[in-house]
Amino acid sequence: MSISRTSCGSRTMKRVVQGKEPLWRDEFSIETAAESYVARRQFAKFLVLTSLGMFVGHLWIVIRSRFASKPSFQPQSLGSLTDIGIGEVKLFSYPTPDDPCILIRTVSDQLVAYSQKCTHLSCAVYFAKQENRIECPCHEGYFSVKDGSVLQGPPPRPLPRVVLKREGNNLVATGVEL
Amino acid sequence: MTRGRGLTAIDGAIALIAILLVVQMWLLTATLEAHLAGHSEPIVPAAIISGLILAACAGLFVFIHRIDAEVRSREERD
Repeated sequence: MSISRTSCGSRTMKRVVQGKEPLWRDEFSIETAAESYVARRQFAKFLVLTSLGMFVGHLWIVIRSRFASKPSFQPQSLGSLTDIGIGEVKLFSYPTPDDPCILIRTVSDQLVAYSQKCTHLSCAVYFAKQENRIECPCHEGYFSVKDGSVLQGPPPRPLPRVVLKREGNNLVATGVEL
Repeated sequence: MTRGRGLTAIDGAIALIAILLVVQMWLLTATLEAHLAGHSEPIVPAAIISGLILAACAGLFVFIHRIDAEVRSREERD
């Protein structure tokens, strides 16, 4: 900015000294074309800095993925298998009380459990027994009850799956798979 | 180079930078999605491509500076 003004100013001053331009032009030495040059250069600089910021963001993701420690999950009992009938659901929290999950005994008598937070905007999903799928009521995102994959709608990722283990008649949650 | 031609060249370079930025922005969101979904495979290649885009943007910025300096020095001479 200062360089361009100086050069513009010196050029104008030359003309003032030569008597071609009035003094006020030197006092307010704004030339539209020169200013548009400066504005473009500043804008280009802003764009390049934005690009640098996004590259830093990429590096941050690389560092996070390389050095972030894997979370460890404590086993948690979910109760007896007889507590839940075919086509019924049971809500629980895992691995922390702030992580609501949904345990489903499907029509085909399989037990599956997923995070209850929709991967779109974290609305609570529910099991739609008639359609045999998991639905998000907020934006009509549908998930497969078999593997939690997205069937329809805006959710960008499958539902995180809770790993289940049978211990006799008890059901135990042992981890979460993204 | 005349001022008018210089401005045209600079406008073209800025348009190219803007297009590269849109691509880089999309790449960043896609990489973040992959990371949050637990897929680490595309993260490093995406970071390399992002670095290349940054280098291209920086190259275009240097180009803009050169054009600018050339036009100004020519005007100073005239």
